[in-house]
Amino acid sequence: MIKRFLNLEWKQYFRSSYWQKSIILNILLIFFALYFVVVFLGMGLAMYPLLKKFYPDEDPLIIFNGFLFYWILADLFVRFFFQKLPVMSVKPLLTLPIKRNKIVNYVLGKSAVSFFNFLPLFAIVPFGVVLMINGYASATILVWMFTLISITLIINFLNFIIENLSSEIELSFLPILLTVGILYGLNHFNIISFTELVGNAVNSISTNPLLIIIPFAVLVLLYYLNFKELYKNLYLDNSLKTKTEQARTTNLEWTRKFGDIAPFMQLDLKLITRSKRAKSSLWMLGLGLLYGLFFYPNPVYANQEWFFVFIGIFVTGIFLINFGQFIPAWDSSYYKLLMSQNIKYEKYLKSKFTLMIMSVIIMFVLSIPYVYFGWKILLAHFAAAIYNIGINSHVILYGGSFNRKKIALDQKAAFNFQGTGAVQWIIGLPLMIVPMIIFAILNYLISFEIAIAIIIALGLVGIALHQKIMSFITARYQATKYKMIDAFDQDN
Amino acid sequence: MIITTDLSKSYKGNTVLNIPELEIPKGQSFGLVGNNGAGKTTYFSLLLDLIRPTSGQIENNGILVHESEDWKPFTSAFIDESFLIGYLTPEEYFNFIGELRGQNQADIDALTASFEDFFHGEILGQKKYLRDLSKGNQKKVGIVAALIGNPEVIILDEPFANLDPTTQIRLKQIINELTKNREVTVLISSHDLMHVTDVCERIVVLDKGDIVKDIVTSEATLKELEAHFSSTAKEFS
Repeated sequence: MIKRFLNLEWKQYFRSSYWQKSIILNILLIFFALYFVVVFLGMGLAMYPLLKKFYPDEDPLIIFNGFLFYWILADLFVRFFFQKLPVMSVKPLLTLPIKRNKIVNYVLGKSAVSFFNFLPLFAIVPFGVVLMINGYASATILVWMFTLISITLIINFLNFIIENLSSEIELSFLPILLTVGILYGLNHFNIISFTELVGNAVNSISTNPLLIIIPFAVLVLLYYLNFKELYKNLYLDNSLKTKTEQARTTNLEWTRKFGDIAPFMQLDLKLITRSKRAKSSLWMLGLGLLYGLFFYPNPVYANQEWFFVFIGIFVTGIFLINFGQFIPAWDSSYYKLLMSQNIKYEKYLKSKFTLMIMSVIIMFVLSIPYVYFGWKILLAHFAAAIYNIGINSHVILYGGSFNRKKIALDQKAAFNFQGTGAVQWIIGLPLMIVPMIIFAILNYLISFEIAIAIIIALGLVGIALHQKIMSFITARYQATKYKMIDAFDQDN
Repeated sequence: MIITTDLSKSYKGNTVLNIPELEIPKGQSFGLVGNNGAGKTTYFSLLLDLIRPTSGQIENNGILVHESEDWKPFTSAFIDESFLIGYLTPEEYFNFIGELRGQNQADIDALTASFEDFFHGEILGQKKYLRDLSKGNQKKVGIVAALIGNPEVIILDEPFANLDPTTQIRLKQIINELTKNREVTVLISSHDLMHVTDVCERIVVLDKGDIVKDIVTSEATLKELEAHFSSTAKEFS
């Protein structure tokens, strides 16, 4: 049976138009994966000598265990954003003679062989081997390795429980931020010392192998909880349940000021406020605005001017990147309608463009208080905003014409958390990194002011050429119209 | 009027539609029947420029549909649910379509109000998003939206499917009224031979992409169609 499931998924993956059109993206993902494998491998090998160097008088294993708490927090945090429970379309399987247990076990089992669970092995195993070479008892190290593997799997299944709970609420990333933040805070201010707790626990398991039963038991419990939750979702009434929301009609008369693109703007605004998936890009605004606070208060970054532009692009452009990269896929479920209606492509694109520009301006205004950390930051943010308006907005619209993946706006079937995973983040990188590199080079070679001026100038050139660029982009969309209609017609 | 010449569509060498010649005069109620894979939806998609013809062309009121977009103002269609916008209420959807077709609020309200009986009280003022309506009610919204803005050509793919009997009868009346003045051309496809013979004055039968029959509807048409389709059924037995 597992063979059949694997076969089904293999076909689903490779027969989807998405795969065929985005090989480059897949190669990029593989590249990133390899990169992390190498990093972890290096970490595993270098861990022992490093720990010996910095803590010459102490036992490296115990020191390492002392840091485990941070590892767990980081792992949990990263997984929440990048790892999604394997999606499987179960509806066609429900009426077939397949035991529900099997489907659930398969999905959970598959999640256990995720890349995220193998990655730590690349660090754990070499570190363990080095420890053995340096005279640790093999039995102790083996037990230690098993403990860490079960911790990894515990995080794996814990993540799905958190994701499942958070998928119900609008601010889906809030629970994980709160959990990780509170745990970190409690530990940081020595209210409850989790570092010690976790460290001691792992230490005592290494010395007393019988205790390994405890992490195993936790693992089994988490697996069981996941199992129960998914099993419950395997009934159709869960997805068929008519949770008819009371429709809110909104008056968007102010969009009339934008003239003939008003109908599209109203449509886009309704899309953003009414569909779960699009709404998340609205919540990201808040996160984006606070992003600077991760860096600016930190003295390490205080003089890293090249970094300001990067943050500026991120802060002012978060909506642009989040919303923009799925143009026109937001409208994929009714793309045929739009294409057969009496509309001009240019107006359609202009509406999206206007929305993105508005978001950049609003975000810039809201980010003005960052001037508290220095006028250079404000200037960098201003330059970044101009760059976003002039360059990035056009780039992302152009990039949209390569979009071939349908977005199911209102589907929330079992097993489907509507995740986007790692891909979404990779697309945004060039938008932030290119201006940062330009700025960093100029800043290094000439001066801060000139570098800022160049970034602004680049943006202004983009704004000046707006009409020309837009007609070029429109032509590009028109040329790929049939391909897009065809791709959006497919469900995978 | 719609003139099709030398039209063909093939996917990887496999021809799914081949119409050497087909003329649909203005004001005709035109029915397209055929088994699955006969090419009905393909023809409609070509007519709406949603897919590209492999060869040939369709001329809609003098405009080549794959070259110019000027046919859009006077043509409307409802092919399937992908023509609906799930996160809008029916009223908002009508307004959106109406605005694209240059109608003002009063026109749209008047038009939708005149279909109150067709909606059977389940569409307007329900405070529901389209995504939460049943399949049948979604179809009603799509069909009425296709009538907004006085289009001259209306294309409806399988309009009778999923509708309840009362609504089917009402839809037939609506289509008959539309073509009464011979101003509006209505193209529909259906698997229900009885319904098409009721509303269409001309019926074309497609089989594996070819036109095999082109009938002006009369008393004998239903019998003729039934005979045709039962003969193809016999081929398999």
